[in-house]
Amino acid sequence: MADNVIEFNDQNFDSEVLESKTPVLVDFWAVWCGPCKAIAPIIEEIANDFNGKVSVGKVDVDNNNQVAMKYGIRSIPTLLLFNNGEVVDQVIGNVGKESIESMLSKAL
Amino acid sequence: MHKKVIIIGSGPAGLTAAVYAARANLEPLVLEGSQPGGQLTITTDVENFPGFPEGIMGPDLMDDMRKQAIRFGAQCEYKVVDKADLSQSPFTIWAKDEKYTADTVIVSTGASARLLGLKSEKELMGYGVSACATCDGFFFKEKEILVVGGGDSAAEEAIFLTKFASKVTIIHRRDELRASKIMQERVFENNNIEILWNNSVEDILGTKDSGVTGVVLKNTVSGELKEMSCDGVFMAIGHIPNTKVFKNQIDLDDKGYIITKPGSTNTNIPGVFACGDVQDQIYRQAVTAAGTGCMSAIDAERWLEEN
Repeated sequence: MADNVIEFNDQNFDSEVLESKTPVLVDFWAVWCGPCKAIAPIIEEIANDFNGKVSVGKVDVDNNNQVAMKYGIRSIPTLLLFNNGEVVDQVIGNVGKESIESMLSKAL
Repeated sequence: MHKKVIIIGSGPAGLTAAVYAARANLEPLVLEGSQPGGQLTITTDVENFPGFPEGIMGPDLMDDMRKQAIRFGAQCEYKVVDKADLSQSPFTIWAKDEKYTADTVIVSTGASARLLGLKSEKELMGYGVSACATCDGFFFKEKEILVVGGGDSAAEEAIFLTKFASKVTIIHRRDELRASKIMQERVFENNNIEILWNNSVEDILGTKDSGVTGVVLKNTVSGELKEMSCDGVFMAIGHIPNTKVFKNQIDLDDKGYIITKPGSTNTNIPGVFACGDVQDQIYRQAVTAAGTGCMSAIDAERWLEEN
């Protein structure tokens, strides 16, 4: 995983995401999901572009059932944007970089 | 940036074209599109691509093709082409703010999943409606789901989804499947799959909060409507060629497929070639796509030598 993309999991989700001082973009993915791999390099670019302003990371739904179930994930890739511990926005599916950028800009 | 060859699309057609163009020292640029690797990245086992007696996972096969193309000098970029000026060579291609020019263009944009076009389908896409069984089947453990369609994709997806779902019902608007014989057999033998013949989906019920709760079915023979409850609906009703960007420039047939001169990958525009599913509605196989991909690279190479 690229330096700026954090690995979120059932154990660190509260501290890294819900208690984060900045907005957090969470990418729910799995190793067997083609479109998730397609969106991965875009997530890395977003992580670099928004470094310091938005925290960016991924949750592997295969190994982190609790978080995936808590947020009702029904399709991947799903990107949830958190701010102050709440989901404030989301996109589902392999959307382009622009859609993600505009979602983040709205929250900043 | 100016290139001798730009390849639009990165499925088996585009990447095979990239391998051949790279080995001909043409330094091709591949603009991978919105589904890098193409349709094989949303399937699991590929059993019919020759050379793999035990089969190979679709995403792995495409990963390997990409590595192979890069090994010989192809440049692959995760860019989506949204505009093209193909009036004459050198051609201009745009991907958002990036502009490229090329002496030759190989169009291998393939085809995308057809959807029913229902408002409810769009609303609930990702909330119980899916066009990617391999991505989303995981979330339907012990649930009852529908697969809409009657071809190989529908059969494959239905069988795949029985790994998770308690029950899979195929909804098909006719009374026989058009899937290959072997896939039909596997569907009929599977005790977790039922088929509802002569039915089409008129509406999908549910909200973003509840997810999909059911569908309204229409009997294609009697016209009768009835509701059926379910937890998810997977679309497998075919594909449409990705040619919107080239409309009014490249000659397309009445279904939107690119017309190529028989026995070649030439389009109506000198220097523009087409390969893979975008110009094939008959065979649509990974290996035929790879075959035409190779042809288009050779066609492009020859055209460059003569022009």
